[in-house]
Amino acid sequence: MLSVQQLTGGYSGDSVLKNISFELEQGELFGILGPNGSGKTTLLKMLSGILPFSKGTILLKGIPIKEYTAKELAKVVAVLPQHTSQSFSYTVKETVSLGRYAHQKGWFQTWSGDDEKMVRQVMEQTGVAHFEDHPIHELSGGERQRVYLAQALAQEPEILLLDEPTNHLDLSFQKELLDLLKEWTKVRGLTVISIFHDLNLAGLYCDRLLLLENGEININHTPNEVLREERIREVYQTKIQKHPHPIVPAPQMVLLPEEISEEKESLTIDDSLLEVSKEYIALKCPVPLRTMSSGVVGSGTGWHQFFVNRHVDKDYDCSDHRKEMVNYLKSHHFEPGETVGMMTAVYPEDVSYQLYQADGFSAFIVVTAGVGNAIDAARSEEHTFNKIPGTINTWVFVNGELSEEAFIQSIMTATEAKAKAMHDLEVKDAATGTIATGTSTDSILIAAIQKGQRQDYAGTITPLGKLIGKGVYECTLNAIQKSRKRIKK
Amino acid sequence: MQKLFTLKYLNNKFVAYLIAAAFLTIAVLLGISIGTVSVPVIDIIKIIGAEIFRMAPNENIDPMYTNIVLNIRLPRVILAGLVGASLAIAGAAFQGLLRNPLADPYTLGVSSGASVGAVLTLFFSISIPVAGMFTLPLFSILFAFITIFLVLIFARQIDRSMKVETIILTGIIFSSFLGSLISLMIALTGEELRQIIGWLLGSVSMRGWAYIKIIFPFFIIGSLLLLINSRELNAMSFGEERAQHIGVNVQKRKMTILIAGSILTGAAVAVSGTIGFVGLVIPHLTRLLWGPDHRHLLPLSILTGGGFLILADLVARTIISPTELPIGVITALIGAPIFGLILMNRRKERRG
Repeated sequence: MLSVQQLTGGYSGDSVLKNISFELEQGELFGILGPNGSGKTTLLKMLSGILPFSKGTILLKGIPIKEYTAKELAKVVAVLPQHTSQSFSYTVKETVSLGRYAHQKGWFQTWSGDDEKMVRQVMEQTGVAHFEDHPIHELSGGERQRVYLAQALAQEPEILLLDEPTNHLDLSFQKELLDLLKEWTKVRGLTVISIFHDLNLAGLYCDRLLLLENGEININHTPNEVLREERIREVYQTKIQKHPHPIVPAPQMVLLPEEISEEKESLTIDDSLLEVSKEYIALKCPVPLRTMSSGVVGSGTGWHQFFVNRHVDKDYDCSDHRKEMVNYLKSHHFEPGETVGMMTAVYPEDVSYQLYQADGFSAFIVVTAGVGNAIDAARSEEHTFNKIPGTINTWVFVNGELSEEAFIQSIMTATEAKAKAMHDLEVKDAATGTIATGTSTDSILIAAIQKGQRQDYAGTITPLGKLIGKGVYECTLNAIQKSRKRIKK
Repeated sequence: MQKLFTLKYLNNKFVAYLIAAAFLTIAVLLGISIGTVSVPVIDIIKIIGAEIFRMAPNENIDPMYTNIVLNIRLPRVILAGLVGASLAIAGAAFQGLLRNPLADPYTLGVSSGASVGAVLTLFFSISIPVAGMFTLPLFSILFAFITIFLVLIFARQIDRSMKVETIILTGIIFSSFLGSLISLMIALTGEELRQIIGWLLGSVSMRGWAYIKIIFPFFIIGSLLLLINSRELNAMSFGEERAQHIGVNVQKRKMTILIAGSILTGAAVAVSGTIGFVGLVIPHLTRLLWGPDHRHLLPLSILTGGGFLILADLVARTIISPTELPIGVITALIGAPIFGLILMNRRKERRG
């Protein structure tokens, strides 16, 4: 479809682009990325035939682009610019109709039935048909951009070039436009080349990305390969972190702002932040913590500031316990979006907590344990499902910085320590008579302030693992004993 | 509902042409009829009809009327119409090409350039043997063309994006400079100043059929060149890059349009002096009434521009009769305030 070989050139003798070569297949959605001044727009201008180049060739369907006349080129390549000036208020239809220019013949360029049909069709597809008689200057930025897209599509191009098409659009229009383009590449084999400023949008929609750096190709590959943390950090000279999209397998990049607040530096999470009442145990942190948890509210990974372990009656039964919990949190002035909430039938006074110190970091462990539901995980299939909250809830607050691996390993280590505590106290599974490993509704929370010493791992023999293993073991032991005492009373 | 109806009504292109043609016809009839001796409209139609169909002169009509109509008023009206039409279509084209509703031959300095050519020819009595009576318009056209190019090159040097104001300012600088050049030439030749200033302000009086023969071929060539480029003008009013994306051969078409505009302006200036603001006001009003589509804007501007200048000439020669005002005074009196209004509106739009 398109082949670019050793393309070199720029404005007035200055070589903005150096030695650019790439190939494009029909139906590809191809993204061009790069920092400001890397030559993205220059490349697009050369591809659209606006800007002459000094060296190299651009082959369009096997023919050098320089051999195309303006009209012939317009039948193959259409452009949606970032911004189009409108000095006079043409109507939407007049504007779209101009796209047929290259297809009309003769001196007086008669308007044929085909032209009318095509204009009608693209206006329908871009959703501008219902305001075809409106003057374009009365439209919003998003609507205007769609009118120009319709104009470009009226050219019936095989290749569509876009310069930051989503620049002036709000979120929903960005998505609409890109979904539309993606569909066209799939259904009609339209080839799309687009400049993107937004790396995430590019990663989400493009089949292939070209990363430009100072007028040269840094890489031309799949989004996952191009959007590598180190590469983007180096090319864009900024702090950035890659993380996966929650729904589709596309790489996403997030900016890392420079820290302004020094508050976290001196912060240590310990019992001074803990509040134990008859109704709940709460930990209120002055800053949000990075969390990984299995609570009723705020589960998964995230950033949370409040942590609530709420006491519910043994007979607590609610069809929508999640919603009920959210309402409960609201009525107690905890913002549900910033809270990790858990439930337990255990009385809050029976909580066991302690701060464990290590060299350069520390971990604050909070455990409530009820073993009425104790279960041997290895033989859990012998149980029917029930939701009685006789539960061990484990909170681990780390005063340090954790990697993603460390979060997961912390959960493993804490779980193993819990199982060991059950074992040592000989907590038995009532149904099987074997030693239990936990209860059926246990929850866990790992939270870290993400400041101070970095912990890459939390396996059982790492410094952090040792701390968590010991802490969770001791607190669980203590908590089980406390709740057993209460039951005996 | 009422508003929708009027909108549809005005948008109907056929009606637009009908209205514009009616306006021109009425202007022509009034222009011939009114004067120190007033000629009834019926007689005018009879006289012109007789002349066209080569019929025997009607016995009932005063021969003096026939003389006034055929030898004085009719050529004057036709000349005014052709000059008005030329300036209006040239203005419409310049505005479309430069994406600028303030552009016209006068504000761009093209008229002044053409004047320099005309003054050079007139006062130094230059005559190219082959061209004969066309020497005057050819020189005007050549100078008009050179001027528009210098203005555009100069404006691009100052500001690559060629903002509206830059082009207008450059045009004004060139106008003043060329105007002074003309004054200098006049002073050096020692002719009577009043007469020359009268010519500079523009007039279509006492020119006779000879001048119509001079402007007519240029009017036809220039207008045709512009009319076949009306779709390209539509495209170029979205910017030259955009036009190229759509498939317009911008360099070639731009040159054609600039040449056609210069031909029209040069020829008009050659026969009537510099008449300002016609090329500004007429396309602007026409666009307001019937939209910016150049396929209709250009022919409609020809009709309304012709009618407008005929009426302006009528006012110029009757308002302080028997003295005649230069026609440029009337067009400037109407045009300058409208120029100001457009400028203000544009400013407001940009701020809003």
